Amino acid sequence: MNPLIEFQGFNKFFGQHQVLKDVDLAVQAGEVVVILGPSGCGKSTLLRCLNGLEEAQGGSLRLDGQELLGPDTDWRQVRQRVGMVFQSYHLFGHMSVIDNLLLGPLKVQKRERHEAQAQAEALLARVGLLDKRDAFPRQLSGGQQQRIAIVRSLCMNPQVMLFDEVTAALDPEMVKEVLQVIQGLAREGMTLLIVTHEMAFARAVADRIVFMEAGRILEQNHPERFFTQPQTARAQQFLEKFSFVESLPKTLSKPLHKELS
Amino acid sequence: MASSGIELLLVSLPQLAMGAGQTLAISALGILFATLGGVLYGVLATLGSRWLNILLQVYLELFRAIPVLVWLYLVFFGLPIFFGLSIPSFWCAVLVLGLWGASEVGEVVRGALQSLPRGQREAGLSIGLGGWQLYAYVLLPQALKRMTPPTINIYTRIIKTSSLAVLIGVVEVIKAGQQIIERTYESVLIYGALFLFFFLVCYPLSAASRVLERRWAHA
Ligand SMILES: Nc1ncnc2c1ncn2[C@@H]1O[C@H](COP(=O)(O)OP(=O)(O)OP(=O)(O)O)[C@@H](O)[C@H]1O
Ligand SMILES: [Mg+2]
Repeated sequence: MNPLIEFQGFNKFFGQHQVLKDVDLAVQAGEVVVILGPSGCGKSTLLRCLNGLEEAQGGSLRLDGQELLGPDTDWRQVRQRVGMVFQSYHLFGHMSVIDNLLLGPLKVQKRERHEAQAQAEALLARVGLLDKRDAFPRQLSGGQQQRIAIVRSLCMNPQVMLFDEVTAALDPEMVKEVLQVIQGLAREGMTLLIVTHEMAFARAVADRIVFMEAGRILEQNHPERFFTQPQTARAQQFLEKFSFVESLPKTLSKPLHKELS
Repeated sequence: MASSGIELLLVSLPQLAMGAGQTLAISALGILFATLGGVLYGVLATLGSRWLNILLQVYLELFRAIPVLVWLYLVFFGLPIFFGLSIPSFWCAVLVLGLWGASEVGEVVRGALQSLPRGQREAGLSIGLGGWQLYAYVLLPQALKRMTPPTINIYTRIIKTSSLAVLIGVVEVIKAGQQIIERTYESVLIYGALFLFFFLVCYPLSAASRVLERRWAHA
């Protein structure tokens, strides 16, 4: 089967600085790929290139067999097929929730209002936020806003969803409600590309882990293998940083009277 | 004295009103063009095109560096000489006020658009909005709160500056007042009336601007 997404010899520069180096990555339809790697290694840039928020400088990028790197690409068309969710939600603050959700379907896809609205409401109900239909973004918690942002992308009926550290700005108690929504999409068989620092989530949701460093893909592996026996020393070091925090020994309590004496 | 003063004002009222009408007409049209031009300027300035930005910068600096009065003379006396194109003085005033106002409003619109989080643009793009849709549905509505108070202040400056049109022969409200004074020597009364006129037109605007600014300060 042809991959749904295929990067080949993909290069991206910011000025003189090369941030993606000869990237080869193929994602099958229905696959859930989690991209890990240290800060600044190019994870966000890779996702942003896929829906044309950044321009690439070389190589090939195909979506469903269609080459995207070229002057003829209609990015508006592509973006309807590739949904993207950002770290800071970026809901449109001057619009109610339902207007946020309907803007794309009505103005871009020119769909019937009642049909688009029915879909939006069904998706809202699914993420448990139907009662927030007429609320404004500023009245919602971060976790609620992020779930709305996910629904906003889903309302376009995309083939792929890109998630760029969508829980990184959330308070811990709200992380779960957002991750559950993403996991639900994964179960349904949607194609997902996920950048996250939630290692347990990555391990649970991924079909494959892609480990990047300094603009290159160093390792691609099954999640269980990646987390138990990483193939590269760099991945090993990267994972150690996370396990260090998790297995941090309890600080020995100091005797109370010490300060008094 | 008091009664003759009121009598005089009543007699001169039609002439003053004609002048006031000219002032308001020039100002209103100037404000209209300044607003439309300013929004266009603001949008063009945030498209990220280097050449466009250089062009807009030149336009802005020309209106910042050269007094409006000189622009009025340039258009009124210069166009016929250099291009054989003569425009009625009323429309000269509208044109110059509109272009000058557009550069001022344009800078305000640009600033308001640039103050929006970059993510708003990207979120709009990522649901497939096209260029003008992005501005019409996402960016300009959100910039509106920030740009309205300073834009209203520019409107009051346009109204006040419209009095320069007298120098290219438009009989606006000040010119009308001067004509009455030449006839009657009642300068205190007439200038008092002119003062009142500009105050009544401009004060509500600047008050509205202040109220909106306070109300939207935290939005
Ligand atoms: N607009 C830009 N202009 C110049 N350099 C940029 C720009 N955006 C990103 N970079 C650089 O590109 C590199 C990759 O950035 P990117 O945001 O893709 O990293 P990341 O892996 O997503 O990091 P993080 O985990 O911190 O989000 C970094 O070195 C960054 O400084
Ligand atoms: Mg990033």
